[in-house]
This record gives sequence, structure tokens and C-alpha cells, in this order.
Amino acid sequence: MSENPNNWPLWEIFIQSKRGLDHKHCGSLHAADAEMAIENARDVYTRRQEGSSIWVVKSEHIHASRPEDAESFFDPADDKVYRHPTFYTMPEGAKYI
Amino acid sequence: MTDVKNLEEIFQSKIDAEQKIEPKDWMPDAYRKNLVRQISQHAHSEVVGMLPEGNWITRAPSLRRKAILLAKVQDEAGHGLYLYSAVETMGTSREQTIDDLLSGKAKYSSIFNYPTLTWADIGAIGWLVDGAAIMNQVMLCRTSYGPYARAMVRICKEESFHQRQGYEIMAVLAKGTPEQKEMAQDALNRWWWPSLMMFGPTDANSPHSAQSMKWKIKRQSNDELRQTFIDRTVQQAEVIGLSIPDPDLKWNEETKHYDWGTIDWTEFNNVVAGNGPCNKERLAARNKAHAEGAWVREAAVAYAAKKAKRKAA
Repeated sequence: MSENPNNWPLWEIFIQSKRGLDHKHCGSLHAADAEMAIENARDVYTRRQEGSSIWVVKSEHIHASRPEDAESFFDPADDKVYRHPTFYTMPEGAKYI
Repeated sequence: MTDVKNLEEIFQSKIDAEQKIEPKDWMPDAYRKNLVRQISQHAHSEVVGMLPEGNWITRAPSLRRKAILLAKVQDEAGHGLYLYSAVETMGTSREQTIDDLLSGKAKYSSIFNYPTLTWADIGAIGWLVDGAAIMNQVMLCRTSYGPYARAMVRICKEESFHQRQGYEIMAVLAKGTPEQKEMAQDALNRWWWPSLMMFGPTDANSPHSAQSMKWKIKRQSNDELRQTFIDRTVQQAEVIGLSIPDPDLKWNEETKHYDWGTIDWTEFNNVVAGNGPCNKERLAARNKAHAEGAWVREAAVAYAAKKAKRKAA
């Protein structure tokens, strides 16, 4: 990915702020290997106890949908209001439904 | 041994402190095994659960109902996926999990071994079967294993329309012609008791429950969940003018709960043992779909390899 073999690759950083929650993307950094990426991520992104777990993934391994296609790509969900509970008429007086 | 004992203490103290267990944490073998079994059974139930409902997609009474049913069945496939992924975080391969379903080694919820004879059954499934499943799944949003709990939060959010669409079907039928109302009542009659069985054996006959509660895999007992389900559902049946097929059902002013009859546990055990009305049919349908889909899986891999080669060239 880079011409200079001494250039450190880019890593995407995911932090789990608390046990039980999802890991969330919070940014990226350069590091020589995964271990260094994790340590650097700790130093950069969790200085104020923001994390309980860190995942690092080489940026080149992230594949993304294309922003310019977003409208047509996601439009199959646009006309399916019946996927939402408010679409349904509940009989008067029915509870817990 | 002291080491393992120490690890177990640390593990239990995390659970006691309401902390989630995450995939990389040390956990007792029995906890892992118990969860692999429970989550994979849950995943299989989502997948097999598509079959009785899929039976009515082509015969739904209107385009509106058809679109809704398609969307619901599609959701169940997604829920199966979230759960299979949660099983994978425990180090069991997807292939192994699916193989165990196809060979009949793994179980799924017995409720799906009952047939869907009329359109009203689709209403009864959404209202009662999804209603019972939601009771259990809301509890599991607080289960101790992180990936399972997170999958449950997502599933519960998506399930919220499933029960309502079923209840709406029942309400419409109950307000329709005498024949339609009769059809709704018949579906309720057939699905009521199997729905109550979904909560599993009574607490007195549920040997693994105590350990599951201690590990906070389960947070409420089978009997507690079943009682809440009954208390809520009886009122919903009244509102749409249908009657619960239980002559012993009676409000108890003292306990503030409904008293109710007895589950036919012989039937329950029979269906679990593989002798329900549709056990063989369901497993055969899954095996057929898996075998007939083999060429799709192979073609996708071949196409990916071809694209990679083209890119490299």
C-alpha cells in the first residue's frame, strides 16, 4: 500500500467503552504492527478511561459502501413502513402490545 | 486446581457485579457449553420458524398481508444470523452449528413442529408464539454474555412489529363473519397450550435452571415468565372477544394473577422427542433447502475467486 517499506500501515480503532456495549469506531492511527496499534490506541483514545477493550483492524481491510450510491443502495427500505410497530392498528383497550 | 478455582471466583464476581462476560474473558467450560447449546437452539428456532409461516406467503389474503408476512419471515432469517454469529464468538464454527441442526442432533423450539392449517394460524403465531418469545427475549437482553445480550437488543427492537401484526390479524378475523371468528378461535385453541409450553418445564422440573440463574444467563424462571405471559394475553383475548381454551382459568384476587389449568407434559415430551406433527417435515425441509442451495454457495466462491484473479491481472 505504500512505496516506502518503513511507512507504518494505517489501522482503524474500535473502542468498547464498557463491558456489554458494542465496540465503536473512534478513529485511526499508524503503527508498525497490531500490538503497537493497540498500545498506541490505548495511549491516544483511552487516556480518560474511555475504554475497556480495543479492536484494531488494518484500514486496507475495511471495505465500504459507496456514498455516491447511498440513495439507490438503501432505497429498498424506504417504502416498507410495515416493518415498524406503529403501522398497526391495535384494538381499543388492549394492553402490553 | 487452585488456579481454576480462582478464575471461577473472578468470573462469578464479575457476574455478581452485573458485568458482562466478553468473548476473550476466561469462562468455565460448562458456561461456554451451556451458552453454545442455548444460543444455537435459539438460532435454529429462528430459522426453522420461517417454515410454518412461509407456508402462507403465497396464500396471504391481501397484498398488504403478504408484504408484512414476507418482511416478518425475512426478519427471522436475520435473527438467525445474529444468533449464529454470537455462537461463533464462543469458538464453535458456523458449519458445525448448522450440521448439528441438519443431522437432528441440535434442538429447536418445539412450537415449530405444529402445522399452520389456516390463515388464522399466522395471526396466532404472531400474537402468541412471538408474544411468548418476546417475553423470553426481553429477559435475555440482560443475559450475562455480551454478544448474546447485544444480539437480543437488536432482535427485540425488530420483533416489536411481529406480535402486533399477528394480533391485528386475529382482531380483524374476530370482528369478521361468524366463520372468520370461528377460524380465529380455532387457531387460538390449537396454539394456546403449545405457546405455554414454549417457556419450558416447570421450575420444579428444570434441573439446569438454578445454574443458569446463578450465571445470569437466565434472569427469570420459566414459571414466572409463563405467568406474566398468561396475565397479559388473557386481557388481549378478551378485548377482541376470543376465549382462552382453559376451563380452569380464573382471576385470583389474592395473588393478582390468573390461576390456570395444567400443561399436558406428555405431549410436550413427545414433541421434544421428535414425535410432533411436523418434526420430520421441518428437518427434511431444512436439509432439502441446504442441499439445493449448495450450488449457490459454490458459485459465489467461484465468482469471488474469478473477480480476485481479474483484479490481480
